[in-house]
Amino acid sequence: MDFSYTILILLLPVALFFIIGLLGSKMNPKVSGMIGTSGLFIITLLSYVTAFNYFTHRTGEVFQSIEVFQFVWLPFTDRLVIHLGILLDPLSVMMLVVITTVSLMVHIYSLGYMKGEVGFARYYAFLSFFTFSMLGLVVATNIFQMYIFWELVGVSSYLLIGFYYERPSAVAAAKKAFIVTRFADLGFLIGILLLSFYTNTFDFIALTDLNGPAIAQSSGVVFLGMSVTTWAMLLIFMGGAGKSAMFPLHIWLPDAMEGPTPVSALIHAATMVVAGVYLVARLFPIYHFSAPGALEVIAYIGSFTSLFAAVIACTQLDIKRVLAYSTLSQIGYMMVALGVSGYGSEAGLGYMASLFHLFTHAFFKALLFLGAGSVIHAVHSNLMTEMGGLRKHMPITHITFLVACLTISGIPPLSGFFSKDEILVAAFEHHKLIFAVQWIVAGITAFYMFRLYFTIFWNSNPQYNHVPHESPPTMTIPLVILALASVFSGFVPFHDLVTSDGRALITEFHWIVAIPSVLVGMVGISFAAVLYYKKNSKPETVAKGLKAFYTMAYQKFYIDEVYLFVTHKVIFQFISRPIAWFDRHIVDGAMNLIGNTTVFFSGSIKKMQSGQMQEYIWYFTSGVLLLTLLIFYLN
Amino acid sequence: MNPLLFLLIIPLLTIVGIAMVNDLAKVRWVSAIGMSAQLLISFVLLYLFYQQRSSGNTDDMLFVSTATWYESFNIQLKFGVDGISISMILLTSIVTFSGMFVSWQVEFLRKEFFISLIILAGGVFGFFISLDLFTMFLFYEMAVIPMYLLIGIWGSGPKEYSAMKLTLMLMGGSALLLVGLLGIYFNSAPEGGKLTFDLTEIAKVHIPLSAQLFFFPFTFIGFGVLGALFPFHTWSPDGHASAPTAVSMLHAGVLMKLGGYGCFRVAMYLLPEAAHSLAWIFIILTTISVVYGAFGAIWQKDLKYINAYSSVSHCGLVLFALLMMNETATTGAILQMISHGLMTALFFALIGMIYGRTHTRMINEMGGLMKVIPFLSVVYVIAGLASLGLPGLSGFVAEMTIFVGSFQHTDTFHRVATILACSSIVITAVYILRVVGILLLGPIKNNHYLELQDAQWFEKLSGVTLVVSIAIIGMSPFWLSSLIREPLNQMINHLTN
Amino acid sequence: MNLQAEIPLDYMIVLSTIVFFVGLMGVIIRRNLITMLMGIELMLNAVNINFVAFNHYLFPHRLEGHFFALIVMAIAAAEAAIAIALIINIYRQFATVSVDDVDELKY
Repeated sequence: MDFSYTILILLLPVALFFIIGLLGSKMNPKVSGMIGTSGLFIITLLSYVTAFNYFTHRTGEVFQSIEVFQFVWLPFTDRLVIHLGILLDPLSVMMLVVITTVSLMVHIYSLGYMKGEVGFARYYAFLSFFTFSMLGLVVATNIFQMYIFWELVGVSSYLLIGFYYERPSAVAAAKKAFIVTRFADLGFLIGILLLSFYTNTFDFIALTDLNGPAIAQSSGVVFLGMSVTTWAMLLIFMGGAGKSAMFPLHIWLPDAMEGPTPVSALIHAATMVVAGVYLVARLFPIYHFSAPGALEVIAYIGSFTSLFAAVIACTQLDIKRVLAYSTLSQIGYMMVALGVSGYGSEAGLGYMASLFHLFTHAFFKALLFLGAGSVIHAVHSNLMTEMGGLRKHMPITHITFLVACLTISGIPPLSGFFSKDEILVAAFEHHKLIFAVQWIVAGITAFYMFRLYFTIFWNSNPQYNHVPHESPPTMTIPLVILALASVFSGFVPFHDLVTSDGRALITEFHWIVAIPSVLVGMVGISFAAVLYYKKNSKPETVAKGLKAFYTMAYQKFYIDEVYLFVTHKVIFQFISRPIAWFDRHIVDGAMNLIGNTTVFFSGSIKKMQSGQMQEYIWYFTSGVLLLTLLIFYLN
Repeated sequence: MNPLLFLLIIPLLTIVGIAMVNDLAKVRWVSAIGMSAQLLISFVLLYLFYQQRSSGNTDDMLFVSTATWYESFNIQLKFGVDGISISMILLTSIVTFSGMFVSWQVEFLRKEFFISLIILAGGVFGFFISLDLFTMFLFYEMAVIPMYLLIGIWGSGPKEYSAMKLTLMLMGGSALLLVGLLGIYFNSAPEGGKLTFDLTEIAKVHIPLSAQLFFFPFTFIGFGVLGALFPFHTWSPDGHASAPTAVSMLHAGVLMKLGGYGCFRVAMYLLPEAAHSLAWIFIILTTISVVYGAFGAIWQKDLKYINAYSSVSHCGLVLFALLMMNETATTGAILQMISHGLMTALFFALIGMIYGRTHTRMINEMGGLMKVIPFLSVVYVIAGLASLGLPGLSGFVAEMTIFVGSFQHTDTFHRVATILACSSIVITAVYILRVVGILLLGPIKNNHYLELQDAQWFEKLSGVTLVVSIAIIGMSPFWLSSLIREPLNQMINHLTN
Repeated sequence: MNLQAEIPLDYMIVLSTIVFFVGLMGVIIRRNLITMLMGIELMLNAVNINFVAFNHYLFPHRLEGHFFALIVMAIAAAEAAIAIALIINIYRQFATVSVDDVDELKY
């Protein structure tokens, strides 16, 4: 099978970026939007063709990894060389489909949502750039290529969060997102350096080769009681945790909601934030065989994040922030699944479940965000306290949003049920405590999603300044498509396609897990219905009852404040400022001291030059005489 | 005729041309033509270089020509280039070219300004092509001296103080350097025979270890002062802040590279054993430079100070990588020199342009410039992203090569130093984004900025030249990396054996 | 007639030394610029005596000493011209020809 056309998947978006970016200001905004969208449509088609060809042309039982092409970009040493290329395996092909689909939906949606905004062309240029970087990330043949595109998605995220650059909050959020992920990337980079130093390769195929240098011939170097591979994998996970906003590096994601809502849907819900999951999945064999300790850490962090974020999500009032915390919580699920997974055949259930959840989550979370965008577009506010009763005004948005809420709550037979169920099964088989946590989180998820749903679409009927109306078709069509995807993507035979070792996996239905998980979802929904179906005072009563805890959760457990203290007080005031002072006064002072000393001495002997010429002649003559006498004396 | 000589003849002709032209309006055209010719010649040189290599010429140095200058001390005019010098020459021509256009609107003593600028550039070209320590030193001084006039006459702020400080500190460095060079000279024939200043000849002899250990610090610090080695870097913030735009560009972009280049080609290459045994001291100093410069930049409020401290950090990385003494790290160091040269020149150019419009360099007095001067702001963001090491721009290539190279050492000392140096990428991001956020984004702070004009053609030309160079290196670094790497194999062998 | 027999070289040297130091004293002690100039002329003449004397006694068949004496005279004349011009200018500027008052060129 010839896959050489896949190069277009990377070249087209970058071409779009340059066309729209350089010529956009001279074009009619509509034209640039259309160019971007139609270009992306072609890319999406290409990815579908790739996926179809790849998954239908299996050789033997196992899906092979295909390096479509690769060329040397930058050689470091003889063995360590950065290649750029395209690697097709089930994982990357699945990601291609997810990214292009969501991106296309967002492109179409933005035609309506961003209509009339200043910088429309710039927006589309950035979107193309992001799509390019994200696609480059998932098809990377080696870890350094991934790091390159990893940085590029980071910067496109920065640019898009700060799209409304005149708003100080957007600028601050963009900066925060970039710096936090950059800090995580430092770990990633050091991890790469460590891993590549001991394995002498960047290449994914060589790294994840079961007989390769990373797994079978692990160096066995130990540092501070842990094998160096474990260190490397932990540091690499730090990069993944930064991008995927795992605790404690999660603080940037809620703030990132300052960007335009479609951007949040694309980058901060469906694609970029799952890059961390993708990274761990990509290196999964190394984690499993050489660094099981790191994998355990991943499971705990994922589990904690999912609980932590779900609790916060119950208290937030800004609908995009609720969704952001829900994203955190769902990514936590994916991490848990990877953390509890084994390798190969049945043991690899968690791996499959994680990616399955990534797949379905992309659709329903994008749908939620786009639905929220539709609501915000109509109401001109992010706060759910200013909304209510919108079901009559916005029927399509209402139905699709309901579908998404049901999906994320894990109600059968919607897609979220299947993927979440697999995760719970994997957790159940591996670690009962984690299972229990995830089971509770499933209930909380249903609760906060329906809290959101009821408050927006039912509840009170506030006085709107102007009557909200349904969004234009450019916005509702993507909603409908994504709703269909959320409903039906659960029926994709995922266990045949994307598994830890490329072999098909036989999954059984576990009633013992499925029934409680559906039940807890129903309980969550009922609680939400009781509290928020109609406007009443019960929510306040509950909040008062749990006052201390509620305030803590509402203030996001003060993590932001801790960071603010560390950065502003410690780093700025206690490191940077003294250094600046030290440099000006001590180091430079020393230099000035040398200069001043010279000036002082010259000042004290300069009086010799009195301007009295005859004095000079005296000095001169006596000098000559003295010398003459000296010469006579010596002779 | 040796094509290298054009690199010296063209500046000379340009100076003569400028001196002869009486109409001040034509002065800048004469210099523009001269510098464009220089740029062209550099590319021709690159082409000829590749041609020589592909026709099977495997000499270390190409286009070598020698002329005796002063027989009794065996001083020669000896020119020649290898991949490293060629890439430095390219950098110099690009930066000079755009620096030329940035100073398009210098009014005061225009003729003298351009003449001094070109003398400076000529000195740098001479330095990079010299293979004789004495002529190298000569050209080095020739590049440093005009700086005094350029800052003292055309500068701003406390210009006399800054000019004096910069010149004195660099002269102090020169004094150390001279001691070092003479030390090398007098030990260049340990088994008797004729003393020589010739770099390639000295490299063949074995200088006694005691002499190496004594003279290495002189030479390294002498060049290191120009390369902003901690704690001899304080001329940089003051000097840059007072210098006129083009001078800051040339100085940070090119002149500081003389330091790194000299440290490698003279100090380390000629005194390899001392370099090995004393490297640890300088690794500590450069690691401090890298982190300290970056932290220092966070607290600054003046754009030029920020950039000056960032230069300290980036140039520290150059010396740091050189001291790692392996092929990869050294390639990275040279890449970093080029990358930093282009980046920082672009920064200073933009700062000059912004200052020309807003008449302040204090970031907290400005805000929201993206709205009013989009071209300059976008270019500033690109420069910032290059500086914080975004892939696709030159900074990333250089830094990654350095980090991977440095990581090849397995001992804890080198590892820790490398990780500390790595951490600078985060701190860099902090101060770059802080500036971008305050300066370019956010609401407009001063209503009278609404009337600002965006870049004019010469400013655009200058900015675009640099941005394109940064992007080309960033996107396809292979050719540059292999050009630099080509002579390194032999040099590193010489260093490590 | 044979001068060498009657007046030895030492006499010449003593004479020139006396003349030189008289001139030097004049330059150092006198405050008047004009007299200082005269002192300088005396010193030059002392040198001239030496030139001629050495030439005559030591290298009677050569002429360089005489030439030098002539050159020194020419230079002395030129120097006197310049010096007097300077002195006149100084007088115009400071209304004095005393060196004590002309000490602008100092630290």
